[in-house]
Amino acid sequence: MSETLTKMIFGRLSLESLPLHEPIVVATFCGVAIGGIALLGALTYFRLWGYLWKEWFTTVDHKRIGIMYMVLGLVMLLRGFADAIMMRAQQAMAFGANEGYLNAHHYDQIFTAHGVIMIFFVAMPFVTGLMNFVVPLQIGARDVSFPFLNNFSFWMTAAGAALVMASLFIGEFARTGWLAMAPLSGLDYSPDVGVDYYIWALQIAGVGTLLSGVNLVATIVKMRAPGMGLMKMPVFTWTALATNILIVAAFPVLTAVLAMLSLDRYVGTQFFTNTGGGNPMMYVNMIWIWGHPEVYILILPAFGIFSEVTSTFSGKRLFGYTSMVYAVLVITILSYLVWLHHFFTMGSGASVNSFFGITTMIISIPTGAKIFNWLFTMYKGRIRFELPMMWTIAFMLTFVIGGMTGVLLAVPPADFVLHNSLFLVAHFHNVIIGGVLFGLFAGINYWWPKAFGFKLDKKWGLVSFWCWVVGFWVAFTPLYVLGLMGVTRRLRHFEDPSLQIWFVVAAIGAAIIAVGIAAFLLQIFVSIRNREALKDESGDPWNARTLEWATSSPPPAYNFAFTPIIRDLDAWYDMKANNAKRPVAGFLPIHMPKNTGAGIILAGFSLVFGFAMIWYVWWLAAASFLGLVVTAIAHTFNYDRDFYIPVEEVTETENARTQVLARLGA
Amino acid sequence: MPPFRRALRPTALIATLAAPLVLGGCDLVVMNPSGDVARQQADLILWSTFLMLLIIVPVMALTVLFAFKYRASNRDAEYQPDWDHSTRIELVIWSAPLLIIIALGALTWLATHKLDPYRPLDRIAPGKPITANDKPLEIQVVSLDWKWLFIYPEQGIATVNELVLPADRQVRFRLTSSSVMNTFYVPALAGMIYTMPGMETKLHAVMNKVGSFEGVSANYSGAGFSDMRFPTLSVDPAGFEQWVAKTKASDTALDASEYLTLEKPSEKVPAMHFGTIEAGLFDRIVQMCVKPGSTCTSHMMHHGSGAQQVAPPVNDKPGEGADGALMKSPDEMKTSPHLMHPHGAPAGKSEPGAESNRNMTRMDAPAYPGRAAAGEA
Repeated sequence: MSETLTKMIFGRLSLESLPLHEPIVVATFCGVAIGGIALLGALTYFRLWGYLWKEWFTTVDHKRIGIMYMVLGLVMLLRGFADAIMMRAQQAMAFGANEGYLNAHHYDQIFTAHGVIMIFFVAMPFVTGLMNFVVPLQIGARDVSFPFLNNFSFWMTAAGAALVMASLFIGEFARTGWLAMAPLSGLDYSPDVGVDYYIWALQIAGVGTLLSGVNLVATIVKMRAPGMGLMKMPVFTWTALATNILIVAAFPVLTAVLAMLSLDRYVGTQFFTNTGGGNPMMYVNMIWIWGHPEVYILILPAFGIFSEVTSTFSGKRLFGYTSMVYAVLVITILSYLVWLHHFFTMGSGASVNSFFGITTMIISIPTGAKIFNWLFTMYKGRIRFELPMMWTIAFMLTFVIGGMTGVLLAVPPADFVLHNSLFLVAHFHNVIIGGVLFGLFAGINYWWPKAFGFKLDKKWGLVSFWCWVVGFWVAFTPLYVLGLMGVTRRLRHFEDPSLQIWFVVAAIGAAIIAVGIAAFLLQIFVSIRNREALKDESGDPWNARTLEWATSSPPPAYNFAFTPIIRDLDAWYDMKANNAKRPVAGFLPIHMPKNTGAGIILAGFSLVFGFAMIWYVWWLAAASFLGLVVTAIAHTFNYDRDFYIPVEEVTETENARTQVLARLGA
Repeated sequence: MPPFRRALRPTALIATLAAPLVLGGCDLVVMNPSGDVARQQADLILWSTFLMLLIIVPVMALTVLFAFKYRASNRDAEYQPDWDHSTRIELVIWSAPLLIIIALGALTWLATHKLDPYRPLDRIAPGKPITANDKPLEIQVVSLDWKWLFIYPEQGIATVNELVLPADRQVRFRLTSSSVMNTFYVPALAGMIYTMPGMETKLHAVMNKVGSFEGVSANYSGAGFSDMRFPTLSVDPAGFEQWVAKTKASDTALDASEYLTLEKPSEKVPAMHFGTIEAGLFDRIVQMCVKPGSTCTSHMMHHGSGAQQVAPPVNDKPGEGADGALMKSPDEMKTSPHLMHPHGAPAGKSEPGAESNRNMTRMDAPAYPGRAAAGEA
């Protein structure tokens, strides 16, 4: 076969593109392959393919899609954390004559992949998953506004994650840092496939994120149960609304900036190059105009979770609901006015720097007010120290430190000595782990019984909790110190041996966190095994206050047989207090959306398209793009999109629930 | 109660970890620098932290206190399940952070203008204002892949990976980059500033102590980034003159062609000294026209104006800049081998960790459409 033909068929993909000479990657691949084959074998052996396809992959049920998002986030957490452990190990050993075990090529991919995975494929799926699961239940809706779009969004996110994972074994990932700053990410300095993997993974996942944002905004605005005015919405729903508005407003900027970068790389435009009139500063500005709202996209739902949890476990109405809502909205708006604080050191004038420094500090006012509100929710309450509440208290003690160092970094002259240092790295891990991740763990422990009908095991939950909290401080306090010692980030090798002890302590901290992650997996495993003992049939194991606890656990596909009428912010608490009677007769058939495989097929074509573009396999890119368009058009001709749950089935489900409740009440 | 004691544990941990710091066990160069600018930045960190602790400490104390006092098992504590509003408390919780931010904002505005890196200094050290006679020393800084070039235009000398400063004299850095962005950072001297291709940034600073310090690149710039360190020597005026004279004696010259060689990627470059320099080199680096025949960015808009122009307009420049991947025929396309794939016979040991593996410049530059790989050039 002539070389021209080979290149036309395979683009720049060749056998040499496989990292067969990297023992770490080869060993990882063998592990993943064996595990994967075992998993596929088990699925085939237990004949689960049909079940998975019919009940999960093609589902349009927001609850199942939410759970699939959580599974995706968990899988990617393991990958992202493996990267973290490798970095910590490298930095703990690479001093003086010891070069460590990772070369620059490998190490630089690892820190890039760690950042990309943790933000886009761990934090985002977790946050989206929780919103997907909880919001429709909390507002008394049957599903989201656009159920098919929801399924499609999930699979697009999963396709993006699959591309990032593929880069581990076929070719390589970007070596640019998680934001792929130009001009380093341009074709001149990163000609290999790494940045292309980055671009296409984020573009494909970005479609999913954006559409899921549109979906949830529409759901919250249009589908609330009668009586639930905006100011009777639970705070988690408020934060979900704010987050999704941020997503809808911010993600197109990311899409645009990545599209321009790909034009630079694929058709030779000069948006961000050094020559030909390009301006790399434009990239920096645009990526941070998306990037700063992004951190609020992650933290706001966590704030919502803490609000629900604090109120529930203090047995008290949330203190200062109105000011809480306004604080969220102020943060939403201000998050667009601070992006320049990420590059005070790029030569902006003093007045510009001061402006953005002060707007950044102003965000701490509503944030501080929220912390006080949680504090005064606990005040004169009856606090039950269940796992979600413990995560919340750990958050309050951890996050204020991260907030403080954040405001410190917002003072431009202080930023001049702390920017790009390990102090900065410690700061954003302090707010993302101490804020977002602690919030997600609180949320997972809180809503798990709603999703599966049994609680999570408390003993292993406590082990996980303490390992995470202690591990976090052991891992990141040294980084704060190192930052003050003038040590900057992303270094692969150090000369000064006196620094080593701090990196060793940090590595120990990472190891403690690893135990925390293992304990979390064990917690899930043990809980599933002991599900009978941990069973909650009441649907309201925490004596909670919002509407999602009014239905059974797990909720029926239709969530509520009759749409509830809302009179109070704490709708379920209000119903319990006033002895609202659950309807036991007079059920009607329920109109529901039908499952469809279109989402997974579209995402599959997108995955192939992305892969083909990365490797310059033009024919495959064209074919898969055609497939994408044809499937999308064909799907619009699918008129068989809905069905009615027959009244008998509804009656049967609800009667079973009536009996359970009667038994529990007796 | 166990929950209470447990909640305290992280705090106790911080205290334990912070103990060696308090006892002076390590060198916090950022908090204890040798230059007046960095000194003021450190003071600002302390003041800001103090202002914020005014609210952070009560919040943390109240969190622990409330969590302890209102635990479910304490039936003596007051329980008001429906209490959810108090205008007085709301006023306090919004105005307390507001007041602190007003104070901090004012401090920020003043300090940001005073410590603006573009602004010439008004003092050498506390109590030592700059007089009209104190001329700043200009040093031109260029970050290259992956080393630092320092040009001393008045002295007519240049160095690579070695920065020498006279103590107690204002230094005016003009900075740029040859290819990608880096950050010039000498923690003991002053805050950091980016070096960016085609752009110029400035930094004013002064070193108040004689001694040896460390400078780094603080912004990731590619494979050799970790070793982009440069020793920074601060010497007394006489020592500086001596050093200049010694450097001048070096017979290597830094001209455009030497610069173009120097600009090529290399790692762990030992210090180099150039006794003479070509005039105006730095400006041509900023304008990205060191290469003979290339158009300076300031002249881009002047094509055909009759000025001395050898090169065609930039957009038609042959062989400059990478062409898009879609523009290539399959024959021009190269495969993309894994970058660490050993190309041909390895130059040395090939096991992980071997020195030869570190040398990214040894490897073939990645092949991509339309450009010869480094090994074939």
